[in-house]
Amino acid sequence: MAPIMKVAVIQFPGSNCDTDCQAALLSFPGVDAEIVWHKETSLAGYDAVVLPGGFSYGDYLRCGSIARFSPIMGAVRAAADAGVLVLGICNGFQILCEAGLLPGTLLRNNGLLFRCEHLHLRVENTDTPFTSVLHKGQVLDIPIAHGEGNYFADPETLAQIEANGQVLVRYCDASGNVTPEANPNGSLGNIAGICSHGRNVFGLMPHPERVCDPLLGGSEGRGIFQSMIEAVAQAKAK
Amino acid sequence: MKAVVTVMPKPAILDPAGVATGRAMEHLGLKGVRSVRIGKSIEIEVDGADEKKLHEIAHDLLSNPVVEDYKLDILS
Repeated sequence: MAPIMKVAVIQFPGSNCDTDCQAALLSFPGVDAEIVWHKETSLAGYDAVVLPGGFSYGDYLRCGSIARFSPIMGAVRAAADAGVLVLGICNGFQILCEAGLLPGTLLRNNGLLFRCEHLHLRVENTDTPFTSVLHKGQVLDIPIAHGEGNYFADPETLAQIEANGQVLVRYCDASGNVTPEANPNGSLGNIAGICSHGRNVFGLMPHPERVCDPLLGGSEGRGIFQSMIEAVAQAKAK
Repeated sequence: MKAVVTVMPKPAILDPAGVATGRAMEHLGLKGVRSVRIGKSIEIEVDGADEKKLHEIAHDLLSNPVVEDYKLDILS
């Protein structure tokens, strides 16, 4: 039987969360996930694309700045334009911003520290293919691990993405309050993840794939992948 | 052709590494540090002289126009 959702997990030189993403995806019934090397130029046959975390090209020049010119990125852009779901996690988020598939960019954490810890995210918009099984205001416990996660966009762009409901998750405290203390990196508006204007490209700094198994610290990342599966299944049923 | 591309954070962008380095300068006894900004200097030697292409590369690859400005100097 064909899988409900066939996912390409892009592997760049320096990706290090690729097999974690693949394992998390394969834990869902009906999902197939394959590692696709960045030198490939086609994503035909895939229902979704994941750009995993890591340090593509050693973070040389700027995080994601060289990966965005990898051969596969032409196919990623074409897939995004065609409405295929594209999820960028951590370094994947940085690559999507560098590629212009998401607005803004990720600067050095304002405290200069590499932050590697569990923290809380508040779900801001559930009317997207990445958050549909979650509840608005729901608090997720998902870890971060980054040195450059300080979301920045110019005031005009920021106002646009806020007004358009493109902010999907914000850093918050355990009760869901979005406070300066809950902001680990200086991100504007405590922004942890945003989607594209068309809703089918989502980038976030936290790592949902690391909390997809209670034995490995939690399962609160599963909702994002479950939402993707349901979106793909619904699109295929039409 | 020899060229140097200088990439600097835009004036409105907080440069936390620059701020931390400025504090270290004060620790070392430099008085009155008002601002420290850290950028990159990229030296390029290339056959031919396609200045337009170099500008394109400086804009698309070497800098991120969202938060950085670049300056291209052709040395020879």
